Amino acid sequence: MTCKDFLKELTDYLDETIDSSTREELEDHLAWCHNCYVICNTTKKTIEIYRDSQLYELPEDLRSKLEVAILSKCTSRKKPTTT
Amino acid sequence: MAIIETKVKDAATDELALVQAAKRGDVAAFEELVKRYDRNIFRIAQHITQNREDAEDVVQDAFLKAYENLEQFQGNSKFYTWLVRIAVNESLMKLRRRRSDRTVSLDEDIETEEDSMPREVADWSPNPEQLYKQGELKDILRKTVQGLPASFRTVFVLRDVEGLSTEETAEALDLSIPAVKSRLLRARLQLRERLNKYFRKPRGGDGKK
Repeated sequence: MTCKDFLKELTDYLDETIDSSTREELEDHLAWCHNCYVICNTTKKTIEIYRDSQLYELPEDLRSKLEVAILSKCTSRKKPTTT
Repeated sequence: MAIIETKVKDAATDELALVQAAKRGDVAAFEELVKRYDRNIFRIAQHITQNREDAEDVVQDAFLKAYENLEQFQGNSKFYTWLVRIAVNESLMKLRRRRSDRTVSLDEDIETEEDSMPREVADWSPNPEQLYKQGELKDILRKTVQGLPASFRTVFVLRDVEGLSTEETAEALDLSIPAVKSRLLRARLQLRERLNKYFRKPRGGDGKK
Protein backbone atom coordinates (compact mmCIF):
# COMPACT_ATOMS: atom_id res chain seq x y z
CA MET A 1 0.00 0.00 0.00
CA THR A 2 1.34 3.43 -0.97
CA CYS A 3 0.77 6.68 0.94
CA LYS A 4 -1.61 7.79 -1.82
CA ASP A 5 -3.66 4.60 -1.37
CA PHE A 6 -3.72 5.23 2.34
CA LEU A 7 -5.02 8.77 1.93
CA LYS A 8 -7.80 7.58 -0.35
CA GLU A 9 -9.11 5.38 2.44
CA LEU A 10 -8.48 7.84 5.25
CA THR A 11 -12.05 9.14 5.52
CA ASP A 12 -13.55 5.66 5.73
CA TYR A 13 -10.85 4.63 8.18
CA LEU A 14 -11.53 7.58 10.50
CA ASP A 15 -15.29 7.06 10.22
CA GLU A 16 -14.83 3.34 10.93
CA THR A 17 -16.80 2.39 7.86
CA ILE A 18 -14.26 0.04 6.41
CA ASP A 19 -14.03 -3.74 6.11
CA SER A 20 -11.66 -5.54 8.43
CA SER A 21 -9.14 -6.67 5.79
CA THR A 22 -8.67 -3.12 4.43
CA ARG A 23 -8.44 -1.89 7.99
CA GLU A 24 -5.59 -4.33 8.67
CA GLU A 25 -3.75 -3.19 5.54
CA LEU A 26 -4.10 0.43 6.61
CA GLU A 27 -2.88 -0.32 10.09
CA ASP A 28 0.13 -2.22 8.69
CA HIS A 29 0.95 0.87 6.66
CA LEU A 30 0.54 3.12 9.72
CA ALA A 31 2.90 0.93 11.71
CA TRP A 32 5.88 1.84 9.54
CA CYS A 33 4.96 5.08 7.73
CA HIS A 34 5.49 7.97 10.13
CA ASN A 35 4.13 10.59 7.70
CA CYS A 36 0.80 8.83 7.27
CA TYR A 37 0.67 8.19 11.01
CA VAL A 38 1.04 11.95 11.65
CA ILE A 39 -1.48 12.87 8.94
CA CYS A 40 -3.98 10.39 10.30
CA ASN A 41 -3.65 11.64 13.89
CA THR A 42 -3.72 15.33 13.04
CA THR A 43 -6.73 14.88 10.72
CA LYS A 44 -8.54 13.05 13.50
CA LYS A 45 -7.66 15.88 15.87
CA THR A 46 -8.90 18.46 13.32
CA ILE A 47 -12.31 16.78 13.27
CA GLU A 48 -12.45 16.53 17.08
CA ILE A 49 -11.52 20.18 17.59
CA TYR A 50 -14.19 21.39 15.19
CA ARG A 51 -16.80 19.05 16.61
CA ASP A 52 -16.16 20.23 20.16
CA SER A 53 -15.57 23.92 19.60
CA GLN A 54 -19.18 25.20 19.26
CA LEU A 55 -18.18 27.97 16.89
CA TYR A 56 -21.60 29.35 16.16
CA GLU A 57 -23.99 28.99 19.04
CA LEU A 58 -27.36 30.67 18.87
CA PRO A 59 -27.70 33.00 21.88
CA GLU A 60 -30.88 32.29 23.89
CA ASP A 61 -32.31 35.82 23.52
CA LEU A 62 -31.92 35.74 19.76
CA ARG A 63 -33.29 32.22 19.70
CA SER A 64 -36.49 33.31 21.47
CA LYS A 65 -36.84 36.26 19.11
CA LEU A 66 -36.50 34.02 16.05
CA GLU A 67 -38.96 31.46 17.42
CA VAL A 68 -41.57 34.17 18.08
CA ALA A 69 -41.09 35.56 14.56
CA ILE A 70 -41.32 32.13 12.90
CA LEU A 71 -44.41 31.07 14.80
CA SER A 72 -46.29 34.32 14.31
CA LYS A 73 -45.72 34.01 10.57
CA CYS A 74 -46.85 30.37 10.65
CA THR A 75 -49.99 31.32 12.57
CA SER A 76 -50.84 34.05 10.10
CA ARG A 77 -50.50 31.53 7.30
CA LYS A 78 -52.31 28.79 9.17
CA LYS A 79 -53.71 26.31 6.74
CA PRO A 80 -57.25 24.98 6.98
CA THR A 81 -57.41 21.61 8.69
CA THR A 82 -57.28 18.79 6.19
CA THR A 83 -58.81 15.43 6.84
CA MET B 1 -28.67 -1.93 23.21
CA ALA B 2 -32.32 -2.86 22.84
CA ILE B 3 -33.25 0.10 25.02
CA ILE B 4 -31.26 2.46 22.81
CA GLU B 5 -32.89 1.06 19.67
CA THR B 6 -36.34 1.47 21.19
CA LYS B 7 -35.55 5.06 22.15
CA VAL B 8 -34.38 5.88 18.63
CA LYS B 9 -37.54 4.32 17.24
CA ASP B 10 -39.71 6.24 19.71
CA ALA B 11 -38.03 9.52 18.78
CA ALA B 12 -38.66 8.87 15.09
CA THR B 13 -42.32 7.95 15.70
CA ASP B 14 -42.74 10.96 17.93
CA GLU B 15 -41.24 13.21 15.27
CA LEU B 16 -43.47 11.81 12.57
CA ALA B 17 -46.48 12.41 14.82
CA LEU B 18 -45.41 16.05 15.26
CA VAL B 19 -45.03 16.45 11.50
CA GLN B 20 -48.47 14.91 10.91
CA ALA B 21 -50.03 17.24 13.47
CA ALA B 22 -48.27 20.26 11.93
CA LYS B 23 -49.57 19.19 8.52
CA ARG B 24 -53.07 19.43 9.96
CA GLY B 25 -52.32 23.02 10.96
CA ASP B 26 -51.26 22.40 14.57
CA VAL B 27 -48.80 25.27 15.13
CA ALA B 28 -47.86 24.02 18.61
CA ALA B 29 -46.59 20.78 17.07
CA PHE B 30 -44.55 22.76 14.58
CA GLU B 31 -43.21 24.89 17.43
CA GLU B 32 -41.79 21.74 19.01
CA LEU B 33 -39.97 20.95 15.74
CA VAL B 34 -38.61 24.51 15.58
CA LYS B 35 -37.29 24.27 19.14
CA ARG B 36 -35.72 20.92 18.39
CA TYR B 37 -33.70 22.07 15.40
CA ASP B 38 -33.31 25.86 15.32
CA ARG B 39 -29.85 25.79 16.90
CA ASN B 40 -28.60 23.25 14.35
CA ILE B 41 -30.04 25.20 11.43
CA PHE B 42 -28.44 28.40 12.72
CA ARG B 43 -25.01 26.73 12.94
CA ILE B 44 -25.27 25.29 9.44
CA ALA B 45 -26.46 28.60 7.99
CA GLN B 46 -23.74 30.58 9.73
CA HIS B 47 -21.06 28.15 8.51
CA ILE B 48 -22.23 28.40 4.92
CA THR B 49 -23.11 32.10 4.71
CA GLN B 50 -20.38 33.30 7.11
CA ASN B 51 -22.68 36.14 8.01
CA ARG B 52 -24.73 36.45 11.19
CA GLU B 53 -27.66 38.41 9.72
CA ASP B 54 -27.93 36.03 6.78
CA ALA B 55 -27.91 33.09 9.18
CA GLU B 56 -30.79 34.63 11.16
CA ASP B 57 -32.76 35.13 7.94
CA VAL B 58 -32.05 31.56 6.87
CA VAL B 59 -33.41 30.18 10.15
CA GLN B 60 -36.68 32.09 9.67
CA ASP B 61 -37.01 31.43 5.95
CA ALA B 62 -36.13 27.73 6.18
CA PHE B 63 -38.69 26.98 8.90
CA LEU B 64 -41.35 29.03 7.17
CA LYS B 65 -40.70 27.30 3.87
CA ALA B 66 -40.79 23.92 5.61
CA TYR B 67 -44.14 24.83 7.21
CA GLU B 68 -45.65 25.95 3.94
CA ASN B 69 -44.42 22.88 2.10
CA LEU B 70 -45.07 20.23 4.75
CA GLU B 71 -47.46 18.47 2.36
CA GLN B 72 -44.48 17.68 0.15
CA PHE B 73 -42.63 15.96 2.96
CA GLN B 74 -43.29 12.31 2.29
CA GLY B 75 -41.67 10.79 5.35
CA ASN B 76 -39.19 8.77 3.29
CA SER B 77 -36.37 10.63 4.98
CA LYS B 78 -36.03 12.15 8.41
CA PHE B 79 -37.75 15.50 8.85
CA TYR B 80 -34.41 16.96 9.95
CA THR B 81 -32.63 15.89 6.73
CA TRP B 82 -35.43 17.44 4.69
CA LEU B 83 -35.19 20.66 6.73
CA VAL B 84 -31.38 20.77 6.32
CA ARG B 85 -31.84 20.52 2.58
CA ILE B 86 -34.10 23.57 2.59
CA ALA B 87 -31.70 25.49 4.87
CA VAL B 88 -28.64 24.68 2.72
CA ASN B 89 -30.42 25.96 -0.39
CA GLU B 90 -31.48 29.15 1.39
CA SER B 91 -27.93 29.65 2.67
CA LEU B 92 -26.38 29.19 -0.77
CA MET B 93 -28.82 31.73 -2.19
CA LYS B 94 -27.73 34.26 0.44
CA LEU B 95 -24.09 33.55 -0.32
CA ARG B 96 -24.64 34.05 -4.05
CA ARG B 97 -26.35 37.35 -3.40
CA ARG B 98 -23.43 38.61 -1.33
CA ARG B 99 -20.89 37.51 -3.87
CA SER B 100 -22.72 38.50 -7.00
CA ASP B 101 -19.48 38.34 -8.95
CA ARG B 102 -18.92 34.69 -8.17
CA THR B 103 -20.91 31.59 -8.87
CA VAL B 104 -21.47 29.57 -5.75
CA SER B 105 -22.60 26.04 -6.27
CA LEU B 106 -22.35 22.72 -4.56
CA ASP B 107 -21.03 21.41 -7.85
CA GLU B 108 -18.02 23.65 -7.74
CA ASP B 109 -15.05 21.38 -7.76
CA ILE B 110 -12.37 23.86 -8.46
CA GLU B 111 -9.47 22.13 -6.86
CA THR B 112 -7.97 18.92 -8.05
CA GLU B 113 -7.21 16.02 -5.78
CA GLU B 114 -3.55 16.92 -5.92
CA ASP B 115 -4.40 20.23 -4.24
CA SER B 116 -5.54 18.37 -1.17
CA MET B 117 -2.44 16.22 -0.92
CA PRO B 118 -0.58 17.02 2.30
CA ARG B 119 2.34 19.29 1.61
CA GLU B 120 3.65 19.61 5.09
CA VAL B 121 3.81 16.77 7.55
CA ALA B 122 4.39 18.23 10.98
CA ASP B 123 3.37 16.64 14.22
CA TRP B 124 1.17 18.75 16.47
CA SER B 125 1.56 19.62 20.11
CA PRO B 126 -0.16 17.05 22.34
CA ASN B 127 -3.13 19.30 23.20
CA PRO B 128 -3.11 21.92 20.47
CA GLU B 129 -6.43 23.46 21.56
CA GLN B 130 -4.79 24.44 24.85
CA LEU B 131 -2.13 26.55 23.10
CA TYR B 132 -4.65 29.38 22.70
CA LYS B 133 -7.25 31.16 24.76
CA GLN B 134 -10.75 30.00 23.89
CA GLY B 135 -11.66 33.16 21.98
CA GLU B 136 -8.42 33.03 20.01
CA LEU B 137 -8.91 29.38 19.20
CA LYS B 138 -12.43 30.03 17.90
CA ASP B 139 -11.14 32.84 15.69
CA ILE B 140 -8.49 30.54 14.23
CA LEU B 141 -11.02 27.78 13.57
CA ARG B 142 -13.55 30.16 12.00
CA LYS B 143 -10.97 31.79 9.78
CA THR B 144 -9.64 28.42 8.69
CA VAL B 145 -12.98 26.83 7.80
CA GLN B 146 -14.09 30.01 6.02
CA GLY B 147 -11.16 29.59 3.64
CA LEU B 148 -12.57 26.36 2.21
CA PRO B 149 -14.64 26.44 -1.00
CA ALA B 150 -18.38 26.52 -0.17
CA SER B 151 -18.91 23.01 -1.51
CA PHE B 152 -16.28 21.53 0.83
CA ARG B 153 -17.33 23.66 3.78
CA THR B 154 -20.93 22.55 3.46
CA VAL B 155 -20.09 18.85 3.39
CA PHE B 156 -17.69 19.26 6.33
CA VAL B 157 -20.21 21.09 8.51
CA LEU B 158 -22.98 18.57 7.90
CA ARG B 159 -20.80 15.49 8.43
CA ASP B 160 -18.26 16.51 11.02
CA VAL B 161 -19.86 19.36 12.93
CA GLU B 162 -23.53 18.33 12.84
CA GLY B 163 -22.90 14.60 12.71
CA LEU B 164 -25.17 13.68 9.78
CA SER B 165 -24.33 10.32 8.20
CA THR B 166 -22.76 10.17 4.74
CA GLU B 167 -26.12 9.01 3.35
CA GLU B 168 -28.05 11.83 5.04
CA THR B 169 -25.50 14.38 3.82
CA ALA B 170 -25.78 13.05 0.27
CA GLU B 171 -29.55 13.30 0.47
CA ALA B 172 -29.55 16.80 1.98
CA LEU B 173 -27.14 18.11 -0.66
CA ASP B 174 -28.42 16.08 -3.59
CA LEU B 175 -24.95 14.63 -4.15
CA SER B 176 -23.83 11.06 -4.71
CA ILE B 177 -22.20 9.19 -1.82
CA PRO B 178 -18.78 9.08 -3.58
CA ALA B 179 -19.02 12.87 -4.13
CA VAL B 180 -19.72 13.43 -0.42
CA LYS B 181 -16.80 11.20 0.57
CA SER B 182 -14.39 12.83 -1.84
CA ARG B 183 -15.31 16.36 -0.70
CA LEU B 184 -15.19 15.37 2.93
CA LEU B 185 -11.69 13.92 2.57
CA ARG B 186 -10.45 17.00 0.79
CA ALA B 187 -12.10 19.34 3.30
CA ARG B 188 -10.54 17.46 6.21
CA LEU B 189 -7.08 17.38 4.63
CA GLN B 190 -7.17 21.05 3.71
CA LEU B 191 -8.25 22.08 7.19
CA ARG B 192 -5.51 19.95 8.71
CA GLU B 193 -2.93 21.52 6.42
CA ARG B 194 -4.09 25.05 7.24
CA LEU B 195 -4.10 24.38 10.98
CA ASN B 196 -0.50 23.15 10.89
CA LYS B 197 0.94 26.59 11.35
CA TYR B 198 -1.03 27.12 14.56
CA PHE B 199 -0.78 23.71 16.13
CA ARG B 200 2.52 22.14 15.15
CA LYS B 201 5.13 21.32 17.71
CA PRO B 202 7.67 24.09 18.09
CA ARG B 203 10.93 23.29 16.35
CA GLY B 204 13.70 22.24 18.69
CA GLY B 205 11.13 22.42 21.49
CA ASP B 206 11.75 20.18 24.42
CA GLY B 207 13.97 17.81 22.47
CA LYS B 208 11.53 14.93 22.97
CA LYS B 209 10.29 13.09 19.94
